[in-house]
Amino acid sequence: MIYLDCNATTPCDQRVIEAMLPFFAEKFGNPSSLHSIGQEAKKALETSRHTIAQCLGAEDQEIIFTSGGTEANNLAIRGSAYALWNKGNHLITSAIEHHAVLNVFKALEKEGFQVTYLPVDENGLVDPQEFKKSITPRTTLVSIMHANNETGVIEPIQEIASLAKEYGLLFHTDAVQTIGKLSFNVKEIPVDLLSASAHKFYGPKGVGFLYVKKGVRLIPQILGGPHERGKRAGTENVPLIVGMAKALEIAQANWEDEYRHVEELRNRLEQGITERIREVTVVGKNAPRLPNTSMILVKYVEGEAMLLNLDFAGICVSSGSACTSGSLEPSHVLLSCGYPHEIAHGSVRFSLGRSNTVEEIQTVLEVFPHIVEKLRNISPFGKEAI
Amino acid sequence: MYSEKVLEHLRNPRNVGKIENPDGVGKVGNPVCGDVMVMYLKIRDNIIEDAKFETFGCGAAIATSSIATELIKGKTIEEALSITNRAVADALDGLPPQKMHCSVLAEEAIRSAINDYLAKKRVENGEGRIS
Repeated sequence: MIYLDCNATTPCDQRVIEAMLPFFAEKFGNPSSLHSIGQEAKKALETSRHTIAQCLGAEDQEIIFTSGGTEANNLAIRGSAYALWNKGNHLITSAIEHHAVLNVFKALEKEGFQVTYLPVDENGLVDPQEFKKSITPRTTLVSIMHANNETGVIEPIQEIASLAKEYGLLFHTDAVQTIGKLSFNVKEIPVDLLSASAHKFYGPKGVGFLYVKKGVRLIPQILGGPHERGKRAGTENVPLIVGMAKALEIAQANWEDEYRHVEELRNRLEQGITERIREVTVVGKNAPRLPNTSMILVKYVEGEAMLLNLDFAGICVSSGSACTSGSLEPSHVLLSCGYPHEIAHGSVRFSLGRSNTVEEIQTVLEVFPHIVEKLRNISPFGKEAI
Repeated sequence: MYSEKVLEHLRNPRNVGKIENPDGVGKVGNPVCGDVMVMYLKIRDNIIEDAKFETFGCGAAIATSSIATELIKGKTIEEALSITNRAVADALDGLPPQKMHCSVLAEEAIRSAINDYLAKKRVENGEGRIS
């Protein structure tokens, strides 16, 4: 199998698995217990917190463990919107956020908040000036993703974060696609809240974290005991947290080498595809992008049909097509970039990772043009151009 | 998500392409929605002698088009018209709920192609209104 779907998930690193194993049956304690077995788990928990904080240039108490990126986004957005309810009810986000952000805002709209969904240009970029114009005296929070999961396009969050600070707004970024792939320092980019998920950087599924800048108030979304400084109740998932810290430590130590490795392969893939297949578009090619991601639009064919045919050939990818998600609408990200429906239906996303090789990319370049040719032959469109 | 049969038809779709001088053509769906099926029929003595298709769409759209051509080949017009979307889905060992609309599209493509044939025939026989 050739796995090119690393923005969906990554395999757990063997070193991560080994780091986690003792914490299931041997060092199984509850970190809230005062006895030695509990304190052993507590120590592992706090060491993990320290490792993660160090990677981000944050302080230990600024890291809150969650069950993943989705929960971190829910806690950040709902938690801060309600904490600032008395100051205002206007919130700002972008049209291309992940559903774990968009659907939180949609729910808040039903609950009485007003939400501005900033548009993006053809490359999928938010315009900081557009953001500035949308600020009102009742605005309290802005949430803009760091990099888009479908296109890999990196948003100008440095500028947006600075503007937010200038206007006294809280700034949240969904950094699920960037933590582990890029270096991120909260001292350089002044974020108040940042969400991350372990399984995107070779850690286990079911665990993530939220960076909460000291002094930022959140209304907890899960109620119970006093865990995580009262921001998130529930016994901490020690094995997965230990694994996440290990995974981030590994990713952080090697991110520059990995960046260059996947970027070279991605560029080779894009160049090969555009040379071999007519009428294809690389989304966001002119914008800053993650080095591993390539969203390709192939005219006259549909994304899911390409995905399944690639799978027949042992190649795993994703598609932003409607048919993958089960809804009739194609990717909201591609539509927001201004692509018409019939073009957006023909999307396929390659997202590379550390273990991919030149040989694998070569195989994709041999197989993919035949798949497109086969599907274009079935399609009633585009034949006259052959 | 998909049955083996759906995947098999996607892997090796039957009766792909156009028919030269077809007796009936049916085009259904909309590229905006991500599904367009075109069905071509050759009909002699009320029997569907040949059926071919061209489809823009997802795996289920291609598989339902493919199985639909197989289901109607050699059938009388009346038999072909009686094929329901459920029958198309059943012939593929079922479809996921969100893909049932593809079987509806296949049923509509069959009907549309046969209606095209019948309309042409009425015109030839002087029965149709020529405007």
